[in-house]
Amino acid sequence: MPLDPQQIRPDFPILERKSASGAPLAFLDNAASAQRPQVVIDAISDCYQRYYANVHRGIHTLSEESTAAYEAARETTRQFIGARSQTEIVFAAGTTAAINTVAHSWGGENLAAGDVVLLTIAEHHANIVPWHQLAERTGCRVEFLPLREDFTIDDAVVQAKLESLRPKLFSFASCSNVLGTNFPVAQWTTMAHAAGATVLVDAAQGAPHQAIDVQQWDADFVVFSGHKLCGPTGIGVLYGKETLLDAMPPFLGGGGMIDRVTTEGFSPTGLPEKFEAGTPPITEAIGLAAAMRYLQSVGMDNIQAHEHLLCQAADAALREIEGVQILGPTPDKKAGIVSFTVDGIHAHDIAQWLDTRGVAVRAGHHCAMPLHDSVGKTASTRASFYLYNTLEEVDRLVQAVNEARDKFMRGGRRRRRRSPSPA
Amino acid sequence: MPNEQDIYEEHVLDHYEDPYHRGELATATHADEGKNPLCGDVIQVMLRLDRDGKIEEAWFEGEGCVISQASASMLVEAIEGKTVEEAKEFTANEMLELFGPQLTPNRQKCCLLSWRVLQSALHAPVDDSADDDDAGPSFGGPSLSEES
Repeated sequence: MPLDPQQIRPDFPILERKSASGAPLAFLDNAASAQRPQVVIDAISDCYQRYYANVHRGIHTLSEESTAAYEAARETTRQFIGARSQTEIVFAAGTTAAINTVAHSWGGENLAAGDVVLLTIAEHHANIVPWHQLAERTGCRVEFLPLREDFTIDDAVVQAKLESLRPKLFSFASCSNVLGTNFPVAQWTTMAHAAGATVLVDAAQGAPHQAIDVQQWDADFVVFSGHKLCGPTGIGVLYGKETLLDAMPPFLGGGGMIDRVTTEGFSPTGLPEKFEAGTPPITEAIGLAAAMRYLQSVGMDNIQAHEHLLCQAADAALREIEGVQILGPTPDKKAGIVSFTVDGIHAHDIAQWLDTRGVAVRAGHHCAMPLHDSVGKTASTRASFYLYNTLEEVDRLVQAVNEARDKFMRGGRRRRRRSPSPA
Repeated sequence: MPNEQDIYEEHVLDHYEDPYHRGELATATHADEGKNPLCGDVIQVMLRLDRDGKIEEAWFEGEGCVISQASASMLVEAIEGKTVEEAKEFTANEMLELFGPQLTPNRQKCCLLSWRVLQSALHAPVDDSADDDDAGPSFGGPSLSEES
């Protein structure tokens, strides 16, 4: 049954508010961070009000209850992505922290001078900079797969690069945060494994919007953030195959990740705590689990289908506006993300104008400067959809872009001439 | 409550669409360029100073959002005829006041780009012998791509 956003919207209290201009809010900046339903907000405050204490440490009632809820969140996460075991689920601060953990721990152990990390040009900075840093430390090098004209990547080029470069790691987003392009994760993973590469999938834009099965993907690492899937900030997931995580040294050192510490040294504890030094994000994990249950109650397939509908409508209407260029493939090849530029008008002016109409979008390079460079743009405007967005909001977006175009197009209006003052 | 729509009031759009002294000043004695790398805004300021330290002519060239370009137009219009000392004493707050509509901190950076470039241009004499290497603009100066 198709999803009815009008049934969903009352679950999200923030959607009732207005923007600074007084216009009702049309929140189309979901690829940056989503909003939270009341059940997530309640799960967090319920923990703080009834049973919060540190986990895995106290021999007392509250700590036992908090620990049980924290570990239950790990089990919910395992189910959400179809992992084999809870030991494969590490809670990190977010996608960025998860990738940095892999870069430091796995990368530091497995990459040396001359080795190659293969990325796509469409990666978010979070999946570029940690590898540049690793290259500085180890002498490995970072290579990029180029885009085709249609904003997809040619499988034959992927195959050729895997064979010619023999990368130790192929790290790519399941979905581009700018283009919206969905990349064929399972297929690329099979190709990479055949070429001897380990695979990391940045699912920050995937996990919130589609059903994910990490075993079907067969990727070695899968990472994503909580705040993009209606969960809290400050938490993300690092999934890794157990054999890989087991062989990796810990990244951050501290309490909680040790078996024994002496004045001479330490021995780390087992998975997954080995990668969870310090007090973990306890209420964040509990809130994340509530978000996952909420999304599953709506149905990930329903959410994906609904976003596709919105994407089709926005993509088609924006393409009709003179001077608009869509940065991204046709809707059948992308998720609920529509990025665009308008000839002669800066993305920030469009976003600012849209805000006067209550339409919240992202404008800039979206933490993807190499991507923008590769398509010859400095900035773009991005509308990104989620389960609570409506076709009416798409109409408001399109209407406001039309207005911005009329308002800012140079030569589109008659201006008084500025008289030069005498020198 | 300030309405964001007012940022794009007629006065601002006038300067954006029909700017004052936008173009190259071939006789510039002082010039510099600056960027706002996050938005891609670029501004060049070119000045011709006379022997007494008065700004005889001020021009700008650039690309970017309405606020960065309109504010540059307002600035070069305002400083022409002023002395170098007066231009140096022109503060960031005075620049924001000159622009007019209230800006959020993020957009203030756009507005202050040309002001920043003006301040560095005042210290950047054009070296006649140094800018004959290509067909690029003749504003020269020692710090074309320098970002503070």
